[in-house]
Amino acid sequence: MKLEYEENKQTNTGYQSNHRKIAMFLSLIPGLGQMYNRQFIKGIGFLILAASFLIVFWDFLDIGIWGLVTLGTTLPRDNSIFLLVNGIISILLLFFAAIFVFIVLRDAYKNGQKRDLGHRLNSMREQYRNLIDNGFPYLILSPGFFLLVFVVITPIIFVFTIAFTNYDLFHQWPASLMDWVGFENFQKLFTLEMWRSTFFNVFAWTLVWTFGATTCQIALGVFLAVIVNQKELKGKAIIRTVFILPWAVPAFVSILIFSGMFNQDFGSINEILASTIGVEIPWMTEPFWSRLALIMIQTWLGFPFIFVMVTGVLQAIPEELYEAAVVDGASALQKFRNITFPLIMFSIAPILITQYTFNFNNFNVIFLFNGGGPPVSGQKAGGTDILISWIYNLTMTSQQYGIAAAITLIMSAFVIAVAVWQFRRTKSFQEEDMM
Amino acid sequence: MDIKTNKIVRLTLSYAVIAFMFVIILYPILWVFGASITPGSSMGSFSLLPEKTTWGHYAHIFNMEESNYLLWYWNTLKVCFITMAASVLVVSLMAYAFSRYRFWGRKNGLVVFLILQMIPNFAALIAIFVLARVTGLVDTHLGLILIYVGGAIPMNTWLMKGYLDSIPRELDESARMDGAGHLRIFWQIIMPLAKPMVAVVSVFTFIIPFTDFILAKVLLRTPEQYTLAVGLYQLIARDFGSEYTTFAAGSILIAIPIAILFLSFQKYFVSGLTAGGTKG
Repeated sequence: MKLEYEENKQTNTGYQSNHRKIAMFLSLIPGLGQMYNRQFIKGIGFLILAASFLIVFWDFLDIGIWGLVTLGTTLPRDNSIFLLVNGIISILLLFFAAIFVFIVLRDAYKNGQKRDLGHRLNSMREQYRNLIDNGFPYLILSPGFFLLVFVVITPIIFVFTIAFTNYDLFHQWPASLMDWVGFENFQKLFTLEMWRSTFFNVFAWTLVWTFGATTCQIALGVFLAVIVNQKELKGKAIIRTVFILPWAVPAFVSILIFSGMFNQDFGSINEILASTIGVEIPWMTEPFWSRLALIMIQTWLGFPFIFVMVTGVLQAIPEELYEAAVVDGASALQKFRNITFPLIMFSIAPILITQYTFNFNNFNVIFLFNGGGPPVSGQKAGGTDILISWIYNLTMTSQQYGIAAAITLIMSAFVIAVAVWQFRRTKSFQEEDMM
Repeated sequence: MDIKTNKIVRLTLSYAVIAFMFVIILYPILWVFGASITPGSSMGSFSLLPEKTTWGHYAHIFNMEESNYLLWYWNTLKVCFITMAASVLVVSLMAYAFSRYRFWGRKNGLVVFLILQMIPNFAALIAIFVLARVTGLVDTHLGLILIYVGGAIPMNTWLMKGYLDSIPRELDESARMDGAGHLRIFWQIIMPLAKPMVAVVSVFTFIIPFTDFILAKVLLRTPEQYTLAVGLYQLIARDFGSEYTTFAAGSILIAIPIAILFLSFQKYFVSGLTAGGTKG
């Protein structure tokens, strides 16, 4: 393909006619350009495809675009949210149509160019082979691609649009229509005192939670891996098996068990504390203690993964490195600081980043422990609510979809910004020659 | 301090730390086992070895007329296996295309995947909820499976592509010389060599639906459709604590088989994970 293209370039001046431009222009009605190039079967195929697309989807597109702009005008005929969904699907369909038209135009231009240069056009059989060879990657990508478009990308676009509407409990079919409101939701978040203080409190706790819990689990994982990896230590197999247990047990089960253990009525933690040091701690009712409990639980849940990864790295470090260090008179601490630690960090850095983003969105532990509670007066979220669990509550309990979508947007932008920044710094991304 | 005492102190401290961790790890599991054999649905306290023990809670959850537990187990396994099979197929095909072919849109596609894998698919919770209502997929397992498979694609495709890149291209080229077609190369040359990564992707995509709570909670409405995560949560959430012993029995029956499965496959997929993970 590439060679051929270069060849064309060299003989660029040698056009004998203007078929390429005429063919491309005619192809604005898909197929005509191909017929002009005397590729009748292909042309008819394109024409039928384009015509059937228009016939099947014309009404849908018409209503879709109208609905997207107006979000409905009369009740009870128009349901704004349905119109919005149809509108988004219409836009996606138009996008696919645009790609199709682009391919058709390019094909007409390429073949026209060949004629201009006096080359022979591919026969039907060659075209078929070409289509199979060049089309194969697209063919095997298509199932995943369509799934991705409809269950991942469409919802994301949808959230994006909802953030700019007033969709909530009071703007629902059949009672009322919803409208585009511009940046009103974002404005509310940053100017209304109630929303603003809640938003910043939740955001601050989300950050503390992400850093606290993740750093604890990484530190514990690395620490235990180094300890267990000592040469003289006996019973490594059994120790490692037990240390992996918290990872092996499904997290939701462990979290629910912990929420029972921390329960102030029948939980065992307070019982033990009461009988040993004589205090009972309000784990479920005081935000501070709930937060502390959550960080401890997440450390318990998360360290085995790091432990396993680091153990793998440690076992791959050649013994000679340490022997050389001993000869040079290095202490155990120096060995760790100058050999072990840098090597661990080098190989598991990308995994660490995913750990931070994972905890940033760790809905399960927050929600299953005590539903984001305890409630805090003067605030629209619970004491341990992180952004994602707050969004969940706004959506499922108080039905404030518009503002929940606005928070989702801010949150996603933040996560992506941090992750992109981090990934660019890690070596494995820069070395990606396969990109 | 000479080297020998130094070593003894170091090892003793290490064993002390390990023993402490053993207690912290095993205590909750033993505690919940104690709760599961405590008679009644008591809000009172449980101990590791209750004075009176009963297997009644286990009998209760195995009785299909009294409890939906077995149904939830079945639902969960069904959703997990279908998600796993569909994801592995879709992901392998996509990774093969990205790894072995150069086509228009390839690079942008990879970048989009990289960004998509950073957004968890439940971030679009509101949209998923509304879309499911619009399409009538609320309270169906199909809707849930589609979302799981779609959400698993970006990250796992990257993992798989990283692994396929490490399989020498000469292998498929020589197969092509021998006249093998595109699909044949994929199926008979690449897939057998990619087995370790197929195992990793299988485990990952099996675990996602198994441990997911939020999407299942949002989409599933009737107790007959619940997965284990939602079902067990409802057991506890419905007047808290009064069914804690039943819940305890239920969670033991999840934790033990899954932990055994996990431990026996662990070696296999951890090696695959470190191979692909540090790359991608």
